[in-house]
Amino acid sequence: MSISSQNNISSGRLTRALIYSILILFVIYYLLPLYVMIINSLKPLDEVRDGNLMAFPKLWTIDPWRSAWSTAQIGVEASGLKPYFINSILMVVPATLLATMMGAINGYVLTKWRFRGDNIIFVLLLLSCFIPFQIVLIPAARVLGFLEVSGTIQGLILIHTVYGIGFATLFFRNYYAAFPTELIQAAQIDGAGFFQIFWRILMPSSMPITVVTIIWLFTNQWNDFLFGASFSGYGTTPMTVALNNLVNSTTGVKEYNVHFAGAILAALPTLFVYIMAGKYFVRGLMVGAVKG
Amino acid sequence: MIFLNFIKTTLAISALTLSTTILTSIANANSDVEVMHWWTSGGEAAAIKVLQKDLASKDVNWKDMPVAGGGGSDAMTVLRARITAGNPPTAAQMLGFDITDWAKSTGKLGNLNAVAEKEDWDKVVPAALQKFSKYEGKWIAAPVNVHSSNWVWVNKKALDDAGGKAPTTWEELLTVLDKMKANGITPLAHGGQPWQDATLFDAVVLSMGDDFYKKAMIDLDPETLGGETMVKAFERMAALRSYVDDNFSGRDWSLASSMVIEGKAGMQMMGDWAKGEFIKADKKPGEDFVCIRFPGTQGAVTFNSDQFVMFDVGDQSEAQMKMASAVMNPVFQSAFNVVKGSAPARTDVPNDAFDDCGKKAMADLAEASKNNRLFGSMAHGHAVPASIKNAIYDVVTAHFNGEFDSKTAAEELEAAVFASK
Amino acid sequence: MKEHLQQLLPRLVLAPSFALVLIFVYAFIIYTGYLSFTDSRLLPSYGWVGLENYEKLFKLRHWNIALKNLAIFGILYIIISTFLGLLLAILLDQKIRGEGFIRPIYLYPMALSFIVTGTAWKWFLDPGIGIEHSLHLWGWESFHFNWIKDRNFAIYTVVIAAVWQSSGFVMAMFLAALRGVDSEMIKAAQIDGASGFQIYRRIIIPLMRPVFLSAFVVLAHLAIKAYDLVIALTNAGPGNATQLPSTFMYSYTFTRNQMGIGASSAIIMMIMMFSIIIPYLYGELKTGDSK
Repeated sequence: MSISSQNNISSGRLTRALIYSILILFVIYYLLPLYVMIINSLKPLDEVRDGNLMAFPKLWTIDPWRSAWSTAQIGVEASGLKPYFINSILMVVPATLLATMMGAINGYVLTKWRFRGDNIIFVLLLLSCFIPFQIVLIPAARVLGFLEVSGTIQGLILIHTVYGIGFATLFFRNYYAAFPTELIQAAQIDGAGFFQIFWRILMPSSMPITVVTIIWLFTNQWNDFLFGASFSGYGTTPMTVALNNLVNSTTGVKEYNVHFAGAILAALPTLFVYIMAGKYFVRGLMVGAVKG
Repeated sequence: MIFLNFIKTTLAISALTLSTTILTSIANANSDVEVMHWWTSGGEAAAIKVLQKDLASKDVNWKDMPVAGGGGSDAMTVLRARITAGNPPTAAQMLGFDITDWAKSTGKLGNLNAVAEKEDWDKVVPAALQKFSKYEGKWIAAPVNVHSSNWVWVNKKALDDAGGKAPTTWEELLTVLDKMKANGITPLAHGGQPWQDATLFDAVVLSMGDDFYKKAMIDLDPETLGGETMVKAFERMAALRSYVDDNFSGRDWSLASSMVIEGKAGMQMMGDWAKGEFIKADKKPGEDFVCIRFPGTQGAVTFNSDQFVMFDVGDQSEAQMKMASAVMNPVFQSAFNVVKGSAPARTDVPNDAFDDCGKKAMADLAEASKNNRLFGSMAHGHAVPASIKNAIYDVVTAHFNGEFDSKTAAEELEAAVFASK
Repeated sequence: MKEHLQQLLPRLVLAPSFALVLIFVYAFIIYTGYLSFTDSRLLPSYGWVGLENYEKLFKLRHWNIALKNLAIFGILYIIISTFLGLLLAILLDQKIRGEGFIRPIYLYPMALSFIVTGTAWKWFLDPGIGIEHSLHLWGWESFHFNWIKDRNFAIYTVVIAAVWQSSGFVMAMFLAALRGVDSEMIKAAQIDGASGFQIYRRIIIPLMRPVFLSAFVVLAHLAIKAYDLVIALTNAGPGNATQLPSTFMYSYTFTRNQMGIGASSAIIMMIMMFSIIIPYLYGELKTGDSK
């Protein structure tokens, strides 16, 4: 970490001014869509229709936010997005944690307890990251139906866990690969077993990569629409599906200001995770995920 | 240590999840109806709430399964997953040929004949709708509404500025559009999405004559599809294109409606759901905007009808029957369609509650049905199955975006329909 | 006995993951492969038709447009995201004040779903109501930007939005790697009189070869999977100008009721995907093992 800032190529004032302007230019690029969404979520609908979507509201209002959160019609219930939040949490938190745990233990085995053919297993696990989800929809429905968990939270947790294992394993494997094997051998000589080594030696230093994995899985699962729509049932509908119902109705009246407010509300948990854990994110990537 | 806490949390949350889901599954009794639909937001969702309340008063518990997106195509995807998982909903909103296709390929549909006979649906539902509500002689679906797609929504002021007379023929339409152009507004507000282009195409084809529409869009007669008249129809599409502004592609239909509401554009050719946008913006039919049939199609109607298709769900069928009966109840049909902008699916509903455009829609529908001039809309899946419909979309959209000239388009249309049959 | 258990344990621990993935990934791929040889339309059905679906697929104009678009989109998206990510990472690594503020701003787009963000982009790029319109209102009359409406350029707007979403993530990967570079080497080079630019070009960037590869894998899989983005931004239009294999597959499988053709396009997509990933993995694992 401390090394970082010594890669210092820039000394002249002009260079530094240039660097800052490029950085600020990109801050604008990244913030623009968010700006459009926020600014239009604070206008009455007439003003949105009026057309200058870059302009500040003439009449500021937070009604669209109130509506999106608690009164907008979503299906037959005029409930806003509020009740769907908990469904998403109940689904995403266990799935993220389960996949993370499985990834951690897989990474441990694949780097510290190597056996013949382990590389093939790793490759097979990893390739699962890359399949387009649309193609597994129909067979997955059949399997969930067979297990009698279609339309339940458990079914969704199962699906999200399964498709999270690949990335979790990749992250942890690359992280543990850099972990000194000597420490493990020493522990073995002291009589420590398989799980003891995992708990006592690897786990305590796994914080950064755990954060990376959780951020990655949490974001992907929270934002998933296809599985959420297909495998949820009455009372288990996740947030993204509700958001889609709010914004994507074909023949309904489009209240764009409410849509934008809803979109930001739906993204708050992931934004929160990114901003809060962002520091660990780069650190975690640094020590593990990118070393390939 | 952190990690141990983390595991404890996981286990706790998993346990919590398990217990809550077990609770919800116990509540599943045979007085429930689970309904899949895509009336997910705003007024139309509020309208379907009427049905839910009505059913609640009859001890039927409504479990809502809304899936928005793609004019129902996302709902159909989810429906596939549900059926494959052996967990079909009690009822699902469907359109036209989708109903027939599903009936053919699943064979697991309910039978509503008991209710239908008791309430005499055969007499009150237009025959053109019955074609979709019945499969092999059984009522499998309860129709909710009839949308008609050959409407034109005109800004009253823009029309007055352009002479004030609503066009009734193709030539008059061109005159009005030209005047609007000269007055400095966009004459035709349109959104360049395949289904919107196809909605326009429906009306244009129908304006070339009933027989032509029937032969081309319903019978799929190859000579008609690739023939001279079709080339002319595509030329009319090209003519309409010249009145649309350059930024049309990808625009939502509702934004096109806004252009007409704001007076930035003169008119929009769109189904009757567009009325909702006008009403929402506090515009009055007759005063601020006028609704006319696409010039040259007066007296004929291209329709699409949302229907609740019933699935075979065994012991829940009593609740299912109650639901079907409630859908067909004239009071609900009136309440729902007033909000939705469409006409009731039965012809004996009083029109008191409807506005002028709604009254006109109901009168037109009854007249068209009586004269055999009620045609399924190609653009909305009521003339041909989805695979052919989309093949037609491809050609119409490509032509509207200037990829084909009119002659090529007619040839391509014939070829595309043949290839997707 | 205990020895024996210790030997077996690692395999036992891997077994659940392996079994799940075997069913949920590989069995499903085989099933889809099978469907691609059948006459499935609305729902799976099992009438064997041989290679007919594949023949139809490659005759479809849409599919060829989709492949061409994927090539344009994929190449530009990967190159631009990598380049921007590297550039921003290098710039951010220059003792920047407010780095803690800037970094999350670069990263946050990855956290958003495109269901609505796509609408924001669509509006922003729309000449009638977006940036062009606003600049006109503010006096810059000659500004012209209508790519999203132009079928020859619309695919580039998909690139713009996609780069927006993931270049920050690539930046984070590069930044992390830059922070890991050994400072001694850089000092030595500075003493030798190398300029900042030379240090980056000759020493630091070559050191980051693994990051380039990781970034490539992440971006390539996002490019092939890209779906929500296109649907929200252009819905594969104008016309079919921004059709991608992913949107093609969804549309044929679920909207057009041609599940057989949809399945065959999925299989082609899988083959493309694996032909990118497997050589990469092979190289990675080989060098990893020889360490």
